[in-house]
Amino acid sequence: MTILETRGLGRTFGALRAVADVSLRVETGELRALIGPNGAGKTTLFHLISGLLAPTSGQVAFRGDDVTALAAPARCRRGISRTFQITSIFPELSVLENVRIAVQLKAGGNFRLLGGRALLEASERRARDSLGALGLLDRAREPAAMLPHGDQRLLEIAMALAQQPELLLLDEPTQGLSPEDTAATVAVIRRIARERRVTILLVEHDMDVVFDLADRVSVLHFGQLIAEGTPDAIRGNLDVQTAYLGGPE
Amino acid sequence: MAIFVEQLLNALALAGLLFLVSAGLSLVFGILRVVNFAHGVFYMLGAYLGFTTVAVSGWFWPALLVVPPVVGVVGALLEASTLRFIYRRPPIYQLLLTFGLALILEESVRVLYGPTAKGIDPPPLLEGAIGIAGTLYPRYRLFLIVLSLAVGAAVWLFLQKTRSGLVIRAVAQNSEMADCLGADIARVRTWVFGAACALAGLGGVAAAPMTTAYLGMGIGVIVDAFVVVVIGGLGSIPGSMAGSLIVGAAQTWGAYYLPETAMVIMYAVMGAILIFRPWGLFGEEE
Repeated sequence: MTILETRGLGRTFGALRAVADVSLRVETGELRALIGPNGAGKTTLFHLISGLLAPTSGQVAFRGDDVTALAAPARCRRGISRTFQITSIFPELSVLENVRIAVQLKAGGNFRLLGGRALLEASERRARDSLGALGLLDRAREPAAMLPHGDQRLLEIAMALAQQPELLLLDEPTQGLSPEDTAATVAVIRRIARERRVTILLVEHDMDVVFDLADRVSVLHFGQLIAEGTPDAIRGNLDVQTAYLGGPE
Repeated sequence: MAIFVEQLLNALALAGLLFLVSAGLSLVFGILRVVNFAHGVFYMLGAYLGFTTVAVSGWFWPALLVVPPVVGVVGALLEASTLRFIYRRPPIYQLLLTFGLALILEESVRVLYGPTAKGIDPPPLLEGAIGIAGTLYPRYRLFLIVLSLAVGAAVWLFLQKTRSGLVIRAVAQNSEMADCLGADIARVRTWVFGAACALAGLGGVAAAPMTTAYLGMGIGVIVDAFVVVVIGGLGSIPGSMAGSLIVGAAQTWGAYYLPETAMVIMYAVMGAILIFRPWGLFGEEE
């Protein structure tokens, strides 16, 4: 079953065509990597899928429903959660509060006066569950700013995961991480994909990570999809090598 | 000793009133990024509405309960009908708007109540004085100290322990990100503005038995409250508390020992903070 489908999706900024005529299908349960050189439009495509940016052409369909007109929070309530390329956490809130706010804002009703205790406990439980999955539970009470960079990236994934998404968009989750932290993050992503049965779309620069994790790989170049296939097929694809991997060796 | 205790209590009572006003000023800045010149007028409005409520009901306590929510609703309505539309403009627009609102509200009160000050009697329970450390101290001022401590604790607990409190703190820290996650920023702003006005209104009712309700009391208190938030740090509730204590102490002891220069001390502290720690004692360096 197709969980995400974009049809002729495009976005221009003035004369710049950041994303052009992208038709992408992601199947339920797969782990898809999106690769491409710098400036290929990967993050813009993410913004279009998560609803942070409106497209200038084309549609986005999620589980068969056209969600093109919905803003990011509404798409989040439908089941699309994401992380950002630049670490996006609330530095002075505690680690647990960071995850709780993600849960609460998805659930809504934060200014209801009655039944607050039960809702608070429910969101706290889910936040703890998500922190446990990312191995951050023992630092739950610390301010998020105190976490090392690698853990802050994991915290962001915990925030998105706590929203119980069906589709999780990860924008360069290993960017700026040490080799050890990268390995740990790869292991976490693989485990989440398997245990939580969540479909993952991943933008990644590190080719080892991509070929290690992805079921399928899509290649974006100058805003257009130029190839799609299994990691092995992509590795052998001559077009991709010229465009991205630096030409055939 | 007796004089010291008396001055200490005076400083605490003054700090209590300043906290009720400056906490709201600080919250509004933290969430709306607006320096609200009209904030003092809500304090005055609280005092006058308190006078009316006492006059109608014959009791003080109903005023303390009824006036803050009424002032809060007035504030929330004003935010939703005016300020809401100019957040994207440069700060000078918001400053001018709140200044205009202050003038309009002040004149409205003058038209409705006339130019003379209106006194409120404290409730019988709090009339007179009790002996503390060899001095007779007015009961009502002690009540002010207790009230502001209780309100301070309640505000802090609300922000730390409730779902709405967490949303407010998240918006104060990074409203763009909170927006991405689905926070209803417009609603948070209106609620916080209303709550801040309710706090100022509470301060006004509570102050009236001591100071009477008079025109210009809003302008007077807003100047002191600005000094408080500059010292404590804009946007920080603990900062408001610390700043209120410092300003309360500087004014009280200054007036006692150096009556001619009492105000100078307060501004000297503020000046020192602006030079050495411009973001305030508890504020965020930006």
